[in-house]
Amino acid sequence: MRLLNYAGAIREAHGQLLETDSRAFIIGQGLWSPWYAGSSMKDLDKQFGRERVIDSPVSENATTGAAVGAALAGMRPIVFHPRMDFMLLAVDAIVNQAANWSYVFGGQMGVPLVIRAVINRRGEQGAQHSQALQAMFAHIPGLKVVMPSTAHDAKGLLIAAHRDENPVMYIDDRALYEQECEVPEEMYEVEIGKAHVCRTGTDVTVVATSTMVPLALQAAGSLADQGIFAEVIDLRSIKPWDEACVLESVRKTGRLLVVDEAWKTYGVGAEIAATVADRGFESLRAGVRRLGLPDVPAPSSHVLEQAYYVTAEQITAEAAQLLKAGQTTRPALSIAS
Amino acid sequence: MKGQSIERDRLVDFYHMMLRIRVFEERVAELVESKDVKTACHFCIGQEAPPTGVCAALEIEDQIFGAHRSHGHYLAKGGDMRTLMAEIFCRRTGCSSGRGGSMHVCAPEVGVVGTVPIVAATIPIAVGAGMAYRLRGESNVSVAFFGDGATEEGHFHESLNLAGINQLPVLFVCENNLYSSHMGIDERRLKDNIPQSGDAHGIASMSVDGNDVEAVYQAALEAVARARSGGGPTLIEYRTFRWRGHVGPAWDYDVGVKRKDELQEWVQKDPIAATRRQLLELGVAEATLDELRHLVDDEVRGAELYARQSPRPEASEVLDHVFYQPQGVTQCAS
Repeated sequence: MRLLNYAGAIREAHGQLLETDSRAFIIGQGLWSPWYAGSSMKDLDKQFGRERVIDSPVSENATTGAAVGAALAGMRPIVFHPRMDFMLLAVDAIVNQAANWSYVFGGQMGVPLVIRAVINRRGEQGAQHSQALQAMFAHIPGLKVVMPSTAHDAKGLLIAAHRDENPVMYIDDRALYEQECEVPEEMYEVEIGKAHVCRTGTDVTVVATSTMVPLALQAAGSLADQGIFAEVIDLRSIKPWDEACVLESVRKTGRLLVVDEAWKTYGVGAEIAATVADRGFESLRAGVRRLGLPDVPAPSSHVLEQAYYVTAEQITAEAAQLLKAGQTTRPALSIAS
Repeated sequence: MKGQSIERDRLVDFYHMMLRIRVFEERVAELVESKDVKTACHFCIGQEAPPTGVCAALEIEDQIFGAHRSHGHYLAKGGDMRTLMAEIFCRRTGCSSGRGGSMHVCAPEVGVVGTVPIVAATIPIAVGAGMAYRLRGESNVSVAFFGDGATEEGHFHESLNLAGINQLPVLFVCENNLYSSHMGIDERRLKDNIPQSGDAHGIASMSVDGNDVEAVYQAALEAVARARSGGGPTLIEYRTFRWRGHVGPAWDYDVGVKRKDELQEWVQKDPIAATRRQLLELGVAEATLDELRHLVDDEVRGAELYARQSPRPEASEVLDHVFYQPQGVTQCAS
């Protein structure tokens, strides 16, 4: 099978959706620019016309609200936010409107809308060009949130999000754009709500999101050198998330580390840790650990960035400590086979 | 002579619709006072002409979007009065199955896509509906109804610009009742100049007497014709006044003596009384108009009875409808 990078997979999915579904259109900033979206939207306007690939004024609120309205009127829009930070200006349209519409009108109408939010950070860009806000949106009833970590899932999740009858926030990270893997040429879906076990192991479960998946796999390699076998799960879908997959893994390993490159406080890791403590407590041989960002806005200085973001070494160290903690403080209770 | 009779019949229809809105809301106001109704109700008593005149200029396929004060728009676009009353009673038979209450009403079958209380929120949503029609090559128009307070939100300006630059078939209908909640327009703006926002964004705009239902209708017809023929959006300001407070049945004197004096003037400009006088001058028999009033009284009584006899939602249904499921498709657990 041919190799394709993450940005190319996103580009291909958009092209195939525009090609095969006359209800599909894209609106957002930078769609006619050669560089705003990296190569992930390259020349879509030339291929499909500027009627359906609509570059817009810097009006996040109006473009997102318009996408909600078009979805209600029978279209399948993708609203594009080239930086997630700026999307905060559209929170009314996303949270109050798109997420509520079905419920407040008794399920008579859906908002089949993809809200694409791009994380683009590091490079001394500072606090308002760096945020990863998946937890904030996952908190909202009526919204689904997905975060692909591979080119394969970047394509499959975008197609699944587009075909969903409800609003889906699709969050991709520019740090992953050059990652390559085998990507089928035909259209396919990656089911929203299904995690992927990327590496099997017996000693510790590492649940990772987005950019943290390649780092967790790298850490798992280092851990194996120490004789510790980590099972790495790519969560892929932040909400709904695959509780069954994580609980099954924890039943086997007895230990859990969640790695999400966003603020740890009230974050994705907190939700997963609390759920596993609630529904998988008897499997746990040690307290659940989380790795994420400190409760601090993103800095600009490279030195501070180095101190701020999560590294593979930290994941390795945290998992190794978790094993020691499990051996010394809590005997195994009833470990399922 | 024939033209005159068409105009007269139209005015009778307008009179009938405005009465339906007035009598319905006056009854709901009583029900709020008696605590039979608990949902927060924002009444449009005194400003029935803009919903009536604008919706008369639309086809059933045209779609409207509203805000918190939307009972009138729902009825004028053809929504069922019984299911509106049932929603105000938060019953399962309500137009939003008891999930919406007064501020979230819809009748998608006649183009009332939805109304929401976040000020200005549906303005960009209406722009999106216009975008959908254009992409499909349809000649429909969408209408955003909002108050003067909404023109002070960013949504409004972004939406005018976006609709303008894409020449979308959208009517921006501002019902300027001179108050945003408790604040008079002169306390919020240096100038009382809402139509100039249209000029600023390069789109057509008009300012019209919002208590003259025929003038409301004629202005809407002009804007609809422009939108259907590809001439782009229009901002219409209808100047009017709400008789009751921002929310609830009270008369809102608490916001100042000034408002009390203003109200006396505006009650003299009651759109329903004015239309009745016109109809009598046009030779419509008083008995005909009285008969309409009886019809409306009966309809409102019937709607209330329907609502009172309707079941409440079951507590076990509280989790339903978070995600839309098209009929015949089973949802996966999430």
